[in-house]
Amino acid sequence: MSRKILEVNNLTKIHGRGCPLCLESTGPEADTNICPHCGSVVAAHGVSFDLYQGEILGIIGESGSGKSTVVKTLYFDDAPSAGEAVFFDEEAQYDLYSLNAAQQRGLRNKRFGMVYQNPHLGLNFNVSAGGNIAERLLMSDVAHYGAIRERARSLLVRTEVLENRMDENPKKFSGGMQQRVQIAKALATRPPLLYLDEVTTGLDLSVQAAILDLILEIQHELGTAMIVVTHDLGVVRLLAGRTLVMKYGRVIETGLTDQILEDPQHAYTQRLVASAL
Amino acid sequence: MNNTYELPLDEAGYAFGFMDEYAKKEVRRAILKAICIPGYQTPYASREMPMGRGFGTGGLQLTLSLVGGSDTLKVIDQGSDDSVNAVNLRQFVQMTCPGVDTTEKTEAATLIQSRHRIPEKPLTEAQILVLQVPYPDALVVVEPSEARRKTMHGEADYSRLLVKLYEDIVKFDEITISHRYPTRIHGHYIIDPSPIPRWDVPKLHQSKALILLGAGREKKIYAVPPYTLAEPLAFEDVVFSVEDFRDAAGIRRACSRCGATDSFLDEFSNEAGEKIYQCSDSAYCDEQLARQTSHAQTTNTEVVA
Repeated sequence: MSRKILEVNNLTKIHGRGCPLCLESTGPEADTNICPHCGSVVAAHGVSFDLYQGEILGIIGESGSGKSTVVKTLYFDDAPSAGEAVFFDEEAQYDLYSLNAAQQRGLRNKRFGMVYQNPHLGLNFNVSAGGNIAERLLMSDVAHYGAIRERARSLLVRTEVLENRMDENPKKFSGGMQQRVQIAKALATRPPLLYLDEVTTGLDLSVQAAILDLILEIQHELGTAMIVVTHDLGVVRLLAGRTLVMKYGRVIETGLTDQILEDPQHAYTQRLVASAL
Repeated sequence: MNNTYELPLDEAGYAFGFMDEYAKKEVRRAILKAICIPGYQTPYASREMPMGRGFGTGGLQLTLSLVGGSDTLKVIDQGSDDSVNAVNLRQFVQMTCPGVDTTEKTEAATLIQSRHRIPEKPLTEAQILVLQVPYPDALVVVEPSEARRKTMHGEADYSRLLVKLYEDIVKFDEITISHRYPTRIHGHYIIDPSPIPRWDVPKLHQSKALILLGAGREKKIYAVPPYTLAEPLAFEDVVFSVEDFRDAAGIRRACSRCGATDSFLDEFSNEAGEKIYQCSDSAYCDEQLARQTSHAQTTNTEVVA
């Protein structure tokens, strides 16, 4: 049994004021995530899961089901309304939401990686591709120019971005290349935990395949644990060992990916699988 | 209103030092806080001065709050005592602070207000240097939001400034920041040391004199206290360097007026259109010149005798 790396308990995110009736009047049964009493949006509620070293966990669901909210709160882009998450690092363990801002930033920079659907969120388009990777290395206190340069070069080569385009602005890159630079940036500090938020959405099929291959290779090489958020069942089938299905902010089904895709239990999952395959 | 305390007024109806005592007290409190937290940009209520913001009102308010009857003031602008900004500020202090002496000699001054230069002559513990600052925040080039900049300062999150240096080296093979060189004070806050050239940045490090920086328009005061670490931002393998005044043949250029080879040089064109170099610090240049003349005179007398 490999080491546990992340434990999430009852993660909840409510946008808006919130009222005592919010939780009972939203969710898959209520067929909405907007509270009819106060108008708050229950983006996620009661999300719990464990993640083990080297494992890829898929989160699927339709738009607005709260799947991105989960990774955003775990990456500290957003603060959760309730719930806890514990990150087990090599020696220490961190209760993510009781850390102060500087400690959160430290973990985010050094131990977590994030690849967004939109490269504009993950990359700084005012600096070169190499500069983007340098930024992450500099955040984790590497201050040797030659070393940074070498590491950036090897990462870009690893993610199949042409080495001689390292000093170009990623604005000039194609969407697939921008995504590769984002992956290289996320991997710069060799994080044990990587979040991938709709990484292949909007890319053409051959590029999608290449990026998914790259992700699998990285997982095999580095043993990085990943959470893959997607609405594409093909992506979870290929990448994820286990999958959570979300709807209206709640997890409605969890299990091995094959099991969920072959024998879905929940009516929504059945529809989802039937419509896709 | 405090009825037991009478504001000292001169005949013109203004307090000594133009600003009223409460205003000066407020500035002094900000100065104390700035000294206690080296490099931290202390906000203060920058007053309207009878000159446009951007003409040194930040430095002037520091000077006026600190200057007393026993002080000797030197005002310099780009190293020169005679440029318009320096002359105007000096006259203003003379007008509003009766009894304050002014000087052009660095060593004779107790208080030095400067724009864009630190005097060549090493300062002493008895001196205070006031620098006029147009842009106090070194992070402004990478982060437009002040709220976010404050968090970045608080957490000493300066990686994006280093990315800027990285990009510089990638593009130009060297760090191209010529002035306002980001400098880390006492191991935490990074300051914009006002538009002093790189040449002057090492003078901040372990300075014997107290160095105060005032931004009037941006309403910030910060300080490099005496004997404090001041490290210019750089990489381990690409170190900070000052301006290189060597010519094509590798020989250090000398001041065309006094012949000094150890000062920061300004470049001019003479009437023939050739480039000539002169000390930027006029007081230093004059002193070198005076020493040479007196030296020449003594040698001449020796010859005659």
